[in-house]
Amino acid sequence: MSHNIHILQLYPNDMNIYGDWGNVLTVMRRLQWHGYNPILTEYNQGDTFPTEVDIIIGGGGQDSGQTVIQDDLLKISTHLHKLADDGTPMLIICGLYQLFGNFFKTLDGTVIKGIGLLDLETHGGNERLIGNIIIKSHEFGEIIGYENHSGQTFLGKNVVPLGLVQKGAGNNGHDATEGVRYKNIVGSYMHGSLLPKNPAIADFLIEQAVTRKYGEFVPTVIDDRFAELARDIAAKRPR
Amino acid sequence: MPKPYTTLLGKTVRSIARLRGGGSALPGLFVEKIDPTFVAEALAQLPRGVVIISGTNGKTTTTKMVTELLEAQGLKVFTNRTGSNFVRGVAAALLGEVDMKGKLDADIAVLELDEAHAVHFVRTIAPRYSLLLNVMRDQLDRFGEIDATAKMLSAIAQRTTEGVVLNREDPHVASLADKLKDKNVAFFGLNPTLSHLFPSDDELRSGSKSAKITPIADVTLEEFSDDEATFKIDITKYTTPLKLQGVYNIFNAAAALALVRLIVGEACDTDKLMASLASVTPAFGRGERLVVGGQPLELVLVKNPAGFRLGLSSFPASDYATMIAINDNYADGRDMSWLWDVDFDSLHKVGVSQVAGIRAYDMALRLQYDEVEISQVEPDLKKALRHFIAQHPDTPKRVYCTYTAMLTLRRELAKITDVEVVS
Repeated sequence: MSHNIHILQLYPNDMNIYGDWGNVLTVMRRLQWHGYNPILTEYNQGDTFPTEVDIIIGGGGQDSGQTVIQDDLLKISTHLHKLADDGTPMLIICGLYQLFGNFFKTLDGTVIKGIGLLDLETHGGNERLIGNIIIKSHEFGEIIGYENHSGQTFLGKNVVPLGLVQKGAGNNGHDATEGVRYKNIVGSYMHGSLLPKNPAIADFLIEQAVTRKYGEFVPTVIDDRFAELARDIAAKRPR
Repeated sequence: MPKPYTTLLGKTVRSIARLRGGGSALPGLFVEKIDPTFVAEALAQLPRGVVIISGTNGKTTTTKMVTELLEAQGLKVFTNRTGSNFVRGVAAALLGEVDMKGKLDADIAVLELDEAHAVHFVRTIAPRYSLLLNVMRDQLDRFGEIDATAKMLSAIAQRTTEGVVLNREDPHVASLADKLKDKNVAFFGLNPTLSHLFPSDDELRSGSKSAKITPIADVTLEEFSDDEATFKIDITKYTTPLKLQGVYNIFNAAAALALVRLIVGEACDTDKLMASLASVTPAFGRGERLVVGGQPLELVLVKNPAGFRLGLSSFPASDYATMIAINDNYADGRDMSWLWDVDFDSLHKVGVSQVAGIRAYDMALRLQYDEVEISQVEPDLKKALRHFIAQHPDTPKRVYCTYTAMLTLRRELAKITDVEVVS
């Protein structure tokens, strides 16, 4: 068994709040359970961008973390654009979700430039959108998680939402959209962590990566009973 | 002095609440409503003022330590020992202590306060001393972000009139000193050989601390074993036996020592200080040891990734049966993301006997991804506890639990063993 899959975690030093490690761990374990060999590379500010990348996972940070990485992100923008155009699967949560867009305009009017990979823009808001959230996606069914953000994100014409909000606030609390889908990228505000309780998304990322690299993906059956039960309970909890 | 009718009415509500077996906060809430100045006026009488202890982890046990150390130095201390660390918890505790005229018979108040409540509290009552323990990822769903929590601690420090004690090893806390030039600042710290045991959240999964000049600490933890610890106070080393367990409790002992030294000043009797530290037992639910069926049962409160991780590393899993109980009520935090920032590899060898609580399946899912064996998942806490005790009659037991899960478990345990009643 030497079918390696290289996972790149973006900025774990500065953007790893709210259980983002859970997404990385879920992809790695499920790859293992499906019979592949996951290899994790971390990319932090100032590192050399790795040559072998099959899946990218990026998370959320505090405002201070975002300030630290925003210039560096612009420097690796070309790599990320090329990988996205080639169909590399990516999961981008919260802070990096915002910075993968066109810009983030903070409450005091400062405009932070994004890498423009996703056609969306974010505006700082006064209210923190916090709580359990359920959305419905035609690709993945019900997606269950927890949101915690004050930025309000609005999608442009070239992308579609990950899903429509059934309970919670979503991208901006107004238009009922949550997250984004573009090529093989999944962007979202949802923590929880997102992937453990939504194995369909984890397996989508894995399937794309494996198929691109090895031509076909033969999944094993994974016991997802705990995930199912955890979803049932989470869906019934107060906001 | 508080208005007499407030005291009378408040005490009456407190008696009724206790008869009903109700919670400790209700009478406090009542008093807050009828007389918002009650707490401020009752505390204003104290000759040596108010001390506030805040931070993410270890407030309750540290407050207990500070209280007992001050008492050993001859002070009469008022404290809020319920762990109900909101202002109304303080009000409720006051009602139990003031006489009918509203007079509080104490020299000094040592109060543990949740960061957000402390900020509110210091606006009306400026503390004479404060001790700021740490800033960790906790209840982010309530406070937003770590930076916001650090700002709250900064506000407490700014309002403190005489002296502030800071954790030298926590970058968010230590840096508060830069803005406290006009106050007495004392640090507590660690011998560098121990610092690997206390990674800050920023270092969780990555690199080491950056080199910088560290301030000199008044008290450092030098080394420790299962039942004793060595502290360096000023320039002298003292070794003392301890009843406290867990690395974080022992580190917080350094915090308590530094605070008491600052408060008592030159009159401080160091030998007495160490002797009284040796007799401090953990606060309820903070590594508390009960006896069930002739076997020890330990309750370890977990409420954030750093605390859970420290708990797992403080109490080795071998020879113990383990239960984990996770609730997501408001006081626990609703967001389950934090479980994914805890590493459960240390439970890999022995597995987990019972996984319980409202979010039992979230916890089970977390353990599945660390490939930790689970014998049973039972969301109902009472049932899970019964199974857990029945299945391990001859083994010491340990329960990691969130706050509200702990309250339920203690209530159940009180039916079968001696559990200290804290009101």
